[in-house]
Amino acid sequence: MSALLEASGLALRFGAVPALDGVALEIFPGEVVAIVGESGSGKTTLLRVLSGMMRPEAGEVRYRDPEGGLHVVHEMGEAELRRLHRTDWGFVHQNPRDGLRMRVSAGGNIGERLMAVGARHYGNIRAEAAEWLRRVEIDPARIDDMPALFSGGMQQRLQIARTLVTRPRLVFMDEPTGGLDVSVQAKLLDMIRALVADLGLAVVIVTHDIAAARLLAHRLLVMRRGQVVEQGLTDRVLDDPQHEYTQLLVASVLAA
Amino acid sequence: MSWAIRTEGLGKSFTLHLQGGVRIPVLEGVDLSVAAGECVALAGPSGAGKSTLMRLLYGNYGAAAGRILIRHHGAEVDLAAADARLVREVRRETLGYVSQFLRVIPRVPTLDIVAEPLMARGVAREAARPRAAELLAQLNLPARLHGLPPATFSGGEQQRVNLARGFAPGYPVLLLDEPTASLDAGNRAVVVGLIRAAKAAGSAIIGIFHDTEVRDQVADRLFEVLPMPVAA
Amino acid sequence: MTALGYNFGYLDENTKRMIRRALLKAVAVPGHQVPFGAREMPLPYGWGTGGIAVTASVIGAGDRLKVIDQGADDTTNAVSIRHFFAKVTGVGTTERTGEATIIQTRHRIPETRLREGQILVYQVPMPEPLFRLEPRVAETKRMHALADYGLMHVKLYEDIARHGHVAISYNYPVLVGGRYLMSPSPIPAFDNPKMDRMPALQLFGAGREKRIYAVPPYTSVTSLDFEDHPFQPVRADAPCALCGSRESYLDEVVVDDKGGRMFVCSDTDYCATRQTQREAAE
Repeated sequence: MSALLEASGLALRFGAVPALDGVALEIFPGEVVAIVGESGSGKTTLLRVLSGMMRPEAGEVRYRDPEGGLHVVHEMGEAELRRLHRTDWGFVHQNPRDGLRMRVSAGGNIGERLMAVGARHYGNIRAEAAEWLRRVEIDPARIDDMPALFSGGMQQRLQIARTLVTRPRLVFMDEPTGGLDVSVQAKLLDMIRALVADLGLAVVIVTHDIAAARLLAHRLLVMRRGQVVEQGLTDRVLDDPQHEYTQLLVASVLAA
Repeated sequence: MSWAIRTEGLGKSFTLHLQGGVRIPVLEGVDLSVAAGECVALAGPSGAGKSTLMRLLYGNYGAAAGRILIRHHGAEVDLAAADARLVREVRRETLGYVSQFLRVIPRVPTLDIVAEPLMARGVAREAARPRAAELLAQLNLPARLHGLPPATFSGGEQQRVNLARGFAPGYPVLLLDEPTASLDAGNRAVVVGLIRAAKAAGSAIIGIFHDTEVRDQVADRLFEVLPMPVAA
Repeated sequence: MTALGYNFGYLDENTKRMIRRALLKAVAVPGHQVPFGAREMPLPYGWGTGGIAVTASVIGAGDRLKVIDQGADDTTNAVSIRHFFAKVTGVGTTERTGEATIIQTRHRIPETRLREGQILVYQVPMPEPLFRLEPRVAETKRMHALADYGLMHVKLYEDIARHGHVAISYNYPVLVGGRYLMSPSPIPAFDNPKMDRMPALQLFGAGREKRIYAVPPYTSVTSLDFEDHPFQPVRADAPCALCGSRESYLDEVVVDDKGGRMFVCSDTDYCATRQTQREAAE
């Protein structure tokens, strides 16, 4: 099996601050990889670079398409990258307002990606949107409601439905449970876990929530000051951390 | 009979960076070999590192020295050196582990927790769920509990869910950490039966059995885990 | 006879040349909005300055000009623009669609089928079809560049979800040549089918927004829709009270303060011609 995404030698500085310093990683189909680390460790920057939203100063990110062709992400044209972002890739933002159209109904939000890739049958689009609302545990009767009427947790689930409707193979998630209440987080994490397993998605998830990483991720990357200081099987990194920083990170969490 | 899992010079120590980098050696030079159909009980005083050895064998801890060889799809794989993806694959197909405590996944019903490792190996949901229900029933977990997440279950009930999950796929190598600790006599007997059936089916089993009565009924031999000499 | 002191067509030759270059580019890339340097006109924005600039740049001494506003030749806007060009070019004017070589229009396409060699100049208030959906101008440009028009269909989806049909009766968005999303200017959706493969050249001028775009002759112009909610031009279900037409686009006219109303053709030339023919036949 070949990697869906490969990155090597990624480097980027913000002034004197190294945001990425020699980062390499591979993501395989169906694999959930969490990037953990404190604020400012470079994990969100890494996500933005991997997804082509930000350009590194050095290094390369390569994406493999479903036919096996390899593309250098930062050499792709904008049109190609956009097409990729609405077909084979998805991006779930921390703030659902960044990923949703707040003045478009729930159904329209889910339907947009379908229409962007050429769906032109209203009835089918609507049926697909209703089905996805059901999958993310939102009452399909609310298909015509505006997202502003939804709670934060529902908005986040709507964003996930909108992202997954075109069946991407690789999804980037930036702190998807970040702004939510603890009780809501648990439900969302569980839903993400189930969808990821059902659809066989590969996911790169940035989080500072160690418990979330343990629940969702097969593999963990620990970042500090732009470097990956430790990586490996999630339970091994968390139960037998080797690097000083990882030990500190794990020690500061209660029973993760 | 040929081995199913084997260690060569396996060692483990922990370096505690938060305690000034103190290094705690736990295991050294462990050579253990277990054949298919054989059950080996780890013995040794408390704190000798039996649980650490189990975690090393499962890949939950990283080995500091030595090799952990396992027969996986007919090939020899060194788990101590395997990358995360290969360890996951070995865990899915070859190597099972029943820990002392169930790690509860929020909101997932008991039946699905037990069926999940079967489905991960490609068994269809329609076949996996009856198999899971059958095992749970064998372990005397009433059917009315099967649809509930086990978060609110008693310790004994959770352990039986854990056992069902571990025995369901029929792994070629199975690690059991105190499988009968919180069970009553009736359920202990059920577990003894499950272990015997797994052995008969060709599984290599390594266990920590606090309960000597259970141990004597299932173990073919003991493997002594010796405490490391305290550094002077 | 041209009014003294004005260049032919009011605009100076350099300006006309600049606008013609923009027009050529617009014709070369059908439906694509081309920026141009709009000049001060002797009337305010919103009164057709974009259309006037385009007409002034293409009109020649041998042309005959027709100007309509909402289909009518006799409304203030149409009359003053026609007088303006008569004054600054001296060309002949007409109310007859068939006789005109250039027709400047606000919000209608004549009922009489246009032919090769004619030019239809539209006055456009807002050239960007996505502006209500995407407020960032740079983003709308990117969407055009990438033909990323899913958002326009989202708008149609929202209409059907809310009203059961696409609730756009004017300025109904079209796709030109299978590539560019275009605002047809606020013509009734009823007129949209006339744009498709029209033998005449269609030019669009937006004065305030400083954009020009074009549809060359025989270019495909399709109204966006869904397979199960096809585009349907709407027309009042009545014959014209004056000429009896059942095909033309009708205006509703209130005739008294007791709720009395009648429907008459919006295209005055078409209606008058039919009335004349009917009288002649009687």
